[in-house]
Amino acid sequence: MDLTTILAAGVASGTVLLFAAVGEIFAERAGVINLGVEGMMLIGAVVAFGTAVATGNPWLGLVLGTMAGGLLSVLHAVITISFQAEQVVSGLALTFLGTGLARVLGEDLSKAGAIALLPTLTIPGLEAVPGVGPIFFTDQSILVYVGYAVVPIAWYWINRTRPGLHLRAVGESPTAADTLGVDVYRLRYAYVIVGGLFAGLAGATITLAISPGWFGDLTVNGQGWIAIAIVIFAQWGVGRAALGAYAYAAIGRLLIDIQGPQELFGIPNPFYVNHTLTFFLGMVPYILIILVLVAVSGEAIRKRIGAPAALGIHYVRGERGH
Amino acid sequence: MSAAPAAAPPLAVAMRGIVKRFPGVVANDGVDFDLGVGEIHALLGENGAGKSTLMNVLDGLYRPDAGEILVRGQRVEFRSPRDAIAAGLGMVHQHFALVPTQTVTENVLIGLDRPRFRIDIRRYDDEVADLAARHGLTVDPRARIWQLSVGEQQRVEILKMLYRGARILILDEPTAVLAPQEAQDLFRTLRSMVADGASVVFISHKLGEVAQIADRVTVMRRGTVTAAGVAIAGTTTAGLARLMVGRDVVETIERTPFVPGPVVLAMRDVEAESDRGLPALRGVSLEVRSGEILGVAGVAGNGQSELAQVLTGLRHCSRGSVTVNGAEIANRTPRDAISQHVAHVPEDRTGVGTAPNLSVADNLIMKTYRDAPVSRRWSIDTGAVRRFASRLRETYSIAAPTVDTEARLLSGGNLQRLILAREIESNPRLMVAVQPTRGLDVGAIVTVHRLLLDQRQTGSATILISEDLDEILALADRIAVLYEGRLVGLFSAAEADVAEIGLRMTGGTASSPAEPDTATQAVS
Amino acid sequence: MTTSAPARQPEGERVRLARTIRLERRLEVPRWLPVATTIGAIVVALVISGIILWFAGGDPIAIFVHILRSSFGSLGVISDTLVTATPLILTGLACALAFRMRLWNIGAEGQFLMGAWGASAVILIPLVPAGTPSIITIPLMMVAGMLAGALYGAIPGILKAYRDVNEIIVTLMLNYIAAGWIAYWVFGPWSEAGFQLTAQFPKSAWLPRLSDFASSVPAFGGLTVHFGLIFGIVAAVVVRFLLFRSGRGYEIRLIGDSPRAARYAGINVARNTVIVFAMSGALAGLAGMSEVAGVVHRLQLVISPGYGFTAIIVAYIAKLHPYGVIIAAIAFGALILAGREIQPSGIPSMIQGIILFCLIASEVVLRYRVRIERRAA
Repeated sequence: MDLTTILAAGVASGTVLLFAAVGEIFAERAGVINLGVEGMMLIGAVVAFGTAVATGNPWLGLVLGTMAGGLLSVLHAVITISFQAEQVVSGLALTFLGTGLARVLGEDLSKAGAIALLPTLTIPGLEAVPGVGPIFFTDQSILVYVGYAVVPIAWYWINRTRPGLHLRAVGESPTAADTLGVDVYRLRYAYVIVGGLFAGLAGATITLAISPGWFGDLTVNGQGWIAIAIVIFAQWGVGRAALGAYAYAAIGRLLIDIQGPQELFGIPNPFYVNHTLTFFLGMVPYILIILVLVAVSGEAIRKRIGAPAALGIHYVRGERGH
Repeated sequence: MSAAPAAAPPLAVAMRGIVKRFPGVVANDGVDFDLGVGEIHALLGENGAGKSTLMNVLDGLYRPDAGEILVRGQRVEFRSPRDAIAAGLGMVHQHFALVPTQTVTENVLIGLDRPRFRIDIRRYDDEVADLAARHGLTVDPRARIWQLSVGEQQRVEILKMLYRGARILILDEPTAVLAPQEAQDLFRTLRSMVADGASVVFISHKLGEVAQIADRVTVMRRGTVTAAGVAIAGTTTAGLARLMVGRDVVETIERTPFVPGPVVLAMRDVEAESDRGLPALRGVSLEVRSGEILGVAGVAGNGQSELAQVLTGLRHCSRGSVTVNGAEIANRTPRDAISQHVAHVPEDRTGVGTAPNLSVADNLIMKTYRDAPVSRRWSIDTGAVRRFASRLRETYSIAAPTVDTEARLLSGGNLQRLILAREIESNPRLMVAVQPTRGLDVGAIVTVHRLLLDQRQTGSATILISEDLDEILALADRIAVLYEGRLVGLFSAAEADVAEIGLRMTGGTASSPAEPDTATQAVS
Repeated sequence: MTTSAPARQPEGERVRLARTIRLERRLEVPRWLPVATTIGAIVVALVISGIILWFAGGDPIAIFVHILRSSFGSLGVISDTLVTATPLILTGLACALAFRMRLWNIGAEGQFLMGAWGASAVILIPLVPAGTPSIITIPLMMVAGMLAGALYGAIPGILKAYRDVNEIIVTLMLNYIAAGWIAYWVFGPWSEAGFQLTAQFPKSAWLPRLSDFASSVPAFGGLTVHFGLIFGIVAAVVVRFLLFRSGRGYEIRLIGDSPRAARYAGINVARNTVIVFAMSGALAGLAGMSEVAGVVHRLQLVISPGYGFTAIIVAYIAKLHPYGVIIAAIAFGALILAGREIQPSGIPSMIQGIILFCLIASEVVLRYRVRIERRAA
């Protein structure tokens, strides 16, 4: 029950959610909901881990795991963008498929032993900064630092560049973008695949850095869905998504650590005394997500902001929707 | 301003033998069209004549099934509007293609090749502001689109094209959303552009404004050209009308004199907010009597939609009262309005007025499914539904193969017949009709007008909200003008002065002499 | 005669997708086409699954034959298939009803668990004294199960209707919460000697099985089909009537197609959202009750191999039609039943995913005529 440990662990595990959420933000900013994040993460996780086991090279695992997530997302892109199928259902199908496929691929992996992990880094100088150093810059996986870089880059890309302008236009008003010669289909394909790559990366981050190993569905255990919730909490903004990801993961760690000590604040720890009560602790993150969504929705209604206007709506040239 | 010099002039655009088919329709059947450099060329025709299709072909949005296009003598084959823009040709559509959440400058920059990556927004704000000033198009480059009026949004559309170096501008019914005075501003901009060597195609179905702004006119009817590039000087509006409609236009709306009955609708000091939370109605008070049609005129976005929604229970009002036959309906539910026999012909036929994937029958019972004979206690009597729907399909001539046909397969005119049939059959005491003829062809317009006048005869009160001043002048007994959510004028039809109404529509108050009038020629 | 302007006639517009594929909107869908595309999609999905299995080193034909044999090979396994199909029928109806209104209830799993919990509570709290006859116990369990499911389903309904909270996320989170809730009770207060299951229910809380009548009809011996199947069939009839013959169903279909048109027609969309979510939850809750009272006869940690998720596919294959749900549920009951013995364990889930994909991909054929054209360059 050490705050620094909890926050440092939150930053580490939060990186997984961060990658997945940023990927989903790209896809949704382009107007495509992809509910298959969980499936893509599982595929990324299993391919990364399997590659690392087979070759002993976690870097190769990282690359292939990321690409596997991207590859799976192509299916969603074809079905929803070209075939104009319901995005929600296609995303669910992707989750089923990804989960099943990952279990098939990972059949023998649960028995695999320890693998070489991606390196961890401590940044000299920054590590010594009181408060911040031990949490962000001490003994963190290299992917955590990648996460730090992804946030400003993604923000800049979306808000300050020409491709970002087109990305936002395609998600807000594909008709407008199309008449100005922006290729709506191509951009949507691209960003759905970017989302898949990020989800694959998120999965690979789990098995190669944060909690190595293959435990079937439990490897990802719903984090794909949490990432989607974080996107809504973040109101499609990258910075807030990072905040949400780190905070959520830190709370998750807190709920585990709280079960350890025999006493809490001088009284006997109820979760230590009665183990069955920990099931309620296990519910807390999910209840928290619901409460946060309720709060955010109130905020969105008050400020009259919301999802990209064309989110979830097919674009068909010549049909008037948006 | 003549654009027909004696020597063979270089043509900005030449379209030859354009054919464009859609399943079941030949929209353009071997159409020729010439646009000279430095001229404003009007493309005149009714809705459905094929003018927009022709220009969409020119703009690269549609690909022609046959025919060729030359731009400045060069044969071109546009695959998309982007190709057209590259050739200096830009189109402003009737429905704007703008991204509401982005700024004016951002909208101008969408789709351009520069800047390559990083956007230095300040620099481009200045560029856009300069360009706007040069052409008299006042608009703040930093404003977000949703904050702008419809007229300003149109200026952004024109700016987009000018910024891309368009020298040939196609405007699809640009004045449909403008007040007469705003239209004059637009005309001034267009004149300065052609004086500068640009060329303009001006799509319209209003003879009056064509006569005012165009140098030449091409008239289309049912996919073919009935008059090609006639100099406007040598035409008469009656002649153009005949070419356009294919018969002499006789405005046959006969109206019985207005006999005021008891007050049906009374609004007192109503205030309401728009979706954005901005004030949309500011203290509106009015009365409509039995047997009366009150026309509400105004430029789009001045509170018309909100007015209709308040009357039909679809929008809350922050102040005031609305009574129908004495019963309060403000801040109640749409259901309460329906039970007070308030009928509603909504602005959005496909999104609000009908459910596209449900059958014609299901769409016809929207207002009556709770009552006998359709409803039988717990269940819906499918036999009664079919009988009811079949009767309405006959009575109102809704052209649908069966009552089981999905509503999305109906044409705009038939959809509007369906909606009117349903609303009229609900025995309205108050009829709220919003833009009831927008986008319909002449035949359908006549039907709709006739149905509305028949409804007036039955003694119900009608509120007709329309941006088409001609329509209001033709149908209304009294005319109210809505500007920025306020009623800024109330005229009886007999003493209505178009110039005065136009002035009020744009916020003018004193009856100063207006611009040369544009909207008096009532040819709908 | 009126014809609208072609530019305003979206269904007539051609859509350029890829370089050579052109889609034209269909004006009329022949009646046989939806059935044909569904069957076609399933066949294609099985072929794709077979190819994947083959690549994974399996023998696809053997696997499919095994699935068929172990689900329809004898009266006994057909009975087992129907037992597995029973919760799928009810949860499938739950999804179909909600999806008709375009409410994405992904929480049938959680509502199923809460239904099972509610039914168990009747016995384990207990709400009825020991020795209460079946005729009272069973209906009480049904009511408790449906009520628990309905209340649990109403949560996302209320949040969606009055706070515009995304129901997909909420229902998913509620699934996890329900699982935790069950875990607490079976590990804690209701645990049988510290195991992760409760004591067995008394016989009066068991739904009758066909084998119970073996004494009078010997052929029923060993057949596990229980009364829950009747719940499923009756529920399908009721849902069909509700959707296509009642005012409520008309409102549901209207909202599902166009919420704005529904509001315009004077329909209270928010209230319908809560009602439909609660009805959907009640159906899933009944499934949970039927499972504890008809199959496991106790509450335990794992009572569903993901019925609530498979239900989504079942509803889709059935094109959201209640009777179709019965057929699709039997097919997926077979897949789940046979899948228990198939290794690797992910195969059934993978096949489900592929089927769902092929199914939604096939819908493009319903909406469009696909034309492949060579484009002149």
